[in-house]
Amino acid sequence: MRSRWIRTTLAGLMAVAVVGLSGCGNDSTDTPSPPSAGGSSAAVTGNVTVFAAASLTESFTEIGKDFEAANPGTKVIFNFAGSSALATQINQGAPADVFASAAPKNMATVTDAGNGTGTATTFVKNQLVIAVAKGNPKGIKGLSDLTKPGLKVALCAEQVPCGAAAKKAIDAAKVKITPVTLEQDVKGALSKVKLGEVDASLVYRTDAKAATADVDAVEFPESAQAINDYPIIVLKKAPNAAGAQAFVDYVLSDKATSLLTEAGFQAP
Amino acid sequence: MTSTLDAHLVVDRGTFSLDIDLHIAAGEVVALLGPNGAGKTTALRALAGLEALTAGYVSLDGADLDRPERRVWIPTEHRPVGVVFQDYLLFPHLSALDNVAFGPRRHGVDRRTARAQAAQWLARVGLTDHARRKPRQLSGGQAQRVALARALALHPKLLLLDEPLAALDARTRLETRAELQRHLTEHPGATLLVTHDPLDALVLADRLVIIEDGRVVQEGDATTITARPRTEYVAQLVGLNLYRGRADGTTVHLGDDGFTLTTTDRLDGDAFVAFRPAAVALHPEQPHGSPRNTWPATIAGIQRHGDNLRIQLTGPIPVAADITPAAAAHLHLALGQPVWAAVKATETRAYPA
Amino acid sequence: MPIALLLPATLGLLFLILPLAGLVIRAPWSTLPQRLTEPGVLTALRLSLQCATLATLLCLVLGVPLAWLLARVQFTGRRFVRALVTVPLVLPPVVGGVALLLVFGRNGLVGSWLDDTFGFTLPFTTTGVVVAEAFVAMPFLIIAVEGALRGADTRYEEAAATLGAGRWTTFTHVTLPLVAPGIAAGAVLCWARALGEFGATITFAGNYPGTTQTMPLAVYLALENDLDAAIVLSLILLVVSVAILAALRDRWIGST
Repeated sequence: MRSRWIRTTLAGLMAVAVVGLSGCGNDSTDTPSPPSAGGSSAAVTGNVTVFAAASLTESFTEIGKDFEAANPGTKVIFNFAGSSALATQINQGAPADVFASAAPKNMATVTDAGNGTGTATTFVKNQLVIAVAKGNPKGIKGLSDLTKPGLKVALCAEQVPCGAAAKKAIDAAKVKITPVTLEQDVKGALSKVKLGEVDASLVYRTDAKAATADVDAVEFPESAQAINDYPIIVLKKAPNAAGAQAFVDYVLSDKATSLLTEAGFQAP
Repeated sequence: MTSTLDAHLVVDRGTFSLDIDLHIAAGEVVALLGPNGAGKTTALRALAGLEALTAGYVSLDGADLDRPERRVWIPTEHRPVGVVFQDYLLFPHLSALDNVAFGPRRHGVDRRTARAQAAQWLARVGLTDHARRKPRQLSGGQAQRVALARALALHPKLLLLDEPLAALDARTRLETRAELQRHLTEHPGATLLVTHDPLDALVLADRLVIIEDGRVVQEGDATTITARPRTEYVAQLVGLNLYRGRADGTTVHLGDDGFTLTTTDRLDGDAFVAFRPAAVALHPEQPHGSPRNTWPATIAGIQRHGDNLRIQLTGPIPVAADITPAAAAHLHLALGQPVWAAVKATETRAYPA
Repeated sequence: MPIALLLPATLGLLFLILPLAGLVIRAPWSTLPQRLTEPGVLTALRLSLQCATLATLLCLVLGVPLAWLLARVQFTGRRFVRALVTVPLVLPPVVGGVALLLVFGRNGLVGSWLDDTFGFTLPFTTTGVVVAEAFVAMPFLIIAVEGALRGADTRYEEAAATLGAGRWTTFTHVTLPLVAPGIAAGAVLCWARALGEFGATITFAGNYPGTTQTMPLAVYLALENDLDAAIVLSLILLVVSVAILAALRDRWIGST
């Protein structure tokens, strides 16, 4: 049990540090805001702390602003990181209200530990594309083109969601691709294409879309075999349960969904 | 092998300038003597090529080593010059043997031969048993001998010794000085010994060159210099009272206030007068009789000096007097006490300035 | 012994040692033997040791002369160059990796020439790992060696010159032996830094088992879904490096 204690303490310290940092420079958020005059539903106020997957950074920041505008007196505080790290922090007691994961596996880590309320809802899906240099100079049309000799391919490591998805898609295509590198995350795989160090990499459509200035995205049919669900949930120990529920409801609203699909996600 | 150093060393460093002539014949040992800051080390470094001349030249056996005016410059490593440094600078990572073999190795001698030569040199300085020791395992005297062997192993045409005995304690210095004298006598090349210790200079050197403030103030053999010092510094070195004045027969006028000393040497014009501190007698009252110089003085300092006491006197001339402790007790000497000083004319020596 | 020193010293020691103790206590001792014999572990360990050693050699070959230049040669802009040398110390290693890509990458200034001329690219190769590690670790060597050179008595070099040694021979036969302890200390620091290198390596050389996946990279990826594996890998890296450093210290640095 001693090891358990150490793990808890370390992760707790980590989570405290993360939350502490995200609150930096926002002294006003600690003071309760005045109640909103004539809010849409139940009056929602205070801070809503959202732990969200790194791939949601751009869209959720937008959604957070819209949510704050629709609910005066609220303030959304985000902690963006890898889903597995976030799951660990939540299970070690980080004071979060909402968890939005990039993979059901990491969501299961949280719900299995009894830290969720109800069942998680899938709010978007994400799909793999082949990211290639602008103008697709190597003429890549599908996964089978990635087996060409001399072509350099970057994949995510299997331990991270984009790598697991890539493996599924490649297996479904029954091709054998030998990558030159197994990146630690999807941004790493994408940056290798941006810098021209590899000719192609498998990344999420949303990531390719965010980098249209530098890369082109090539869709391929086998990606349908490796669709990534993004589940969201209100956490059991949420300090602001009402705010959390309001935020989740907002993410599931049409307005937020259209913003997410614009960023390259698919509606569930 | 014969060699001759012919050098006119000019080093100008703004606040300090050195300008001296040096000539050393093959087999001759010359001591370069002077107070701290006189330029001794600068002269040695210029000869070794560790410092460049501003003007003048260094020439060894007729070949120029440094002559700025003709843009001649032979770097240190190509000069046939050996140096024994003040704190020896034995390479701490090499054994005594390899320190001595270092020079021959750099001159293309193979390892075996170089070590054999080094072993011979260590034998000559009596350190065969210490060949494998590292410098830190050697005593000061032993390190000095290794440093000498290391410099001599290259048969330098010019050997430079920088305060070779300064780092040693008194007892070791005595033994090492005697041994050094033997090796210097055997050394066929020219030798320049830089020192501030007059005893080293007198024992080891054939000739002394004394410099002050970058200039030669006196030069000659030991006898001449000890008998006839020409500067205050040299007089102190050889332990004499020295005064400059104007001679008129056997009377020398010192200063403008009419003080005179009587000597037995007869000469006219500018002159030096010198006498030993031991030749000064002190009396409680003015002594009478025999032709001698007497004057009233005041005791300004009392120090031990060997078995005697050295008394510093002020008065018409500053004088050092050496007296026995018995005489001192008899006189009840104390600072500030007035006494009479007396020097016999036969104890003084006058010579032209 | 003043308590004002003893107390913070003890706290400092605890601060450094407790995380190590955490790893040791938390390690899955029962499954340790199986985990140790997993093929990937030894591959990553061997690669780590090889790359760190090669990087250290590269640093010695390039860094010692550079340290000599900084310590012994007067030139304008020396202070600036000295500051530049320490840049990899303050640069986040990931940024260092990107910078390396911009120069030695396939489209980099030097890299594109290498590719066109020799058909050789550095990223994703073991050589790339060595380059990334050397870039990050070299300042440690240079600072240590420069300090040693500045502290060394240059009169030994003059003595060597009077014995007929040219500048190069003096450097190899006198200067280097004199500063050998400083070089050894610098090399050990450099090696340790290279062994733990993560950011520049994964950015510049990527991550592929057997060619570029060193222990720190393996640890990072293991952390994603297998904490026990990460702890085992960390422990191995720790034990091996501490053992090697302790052995080196005794032999070369002559710790007192």
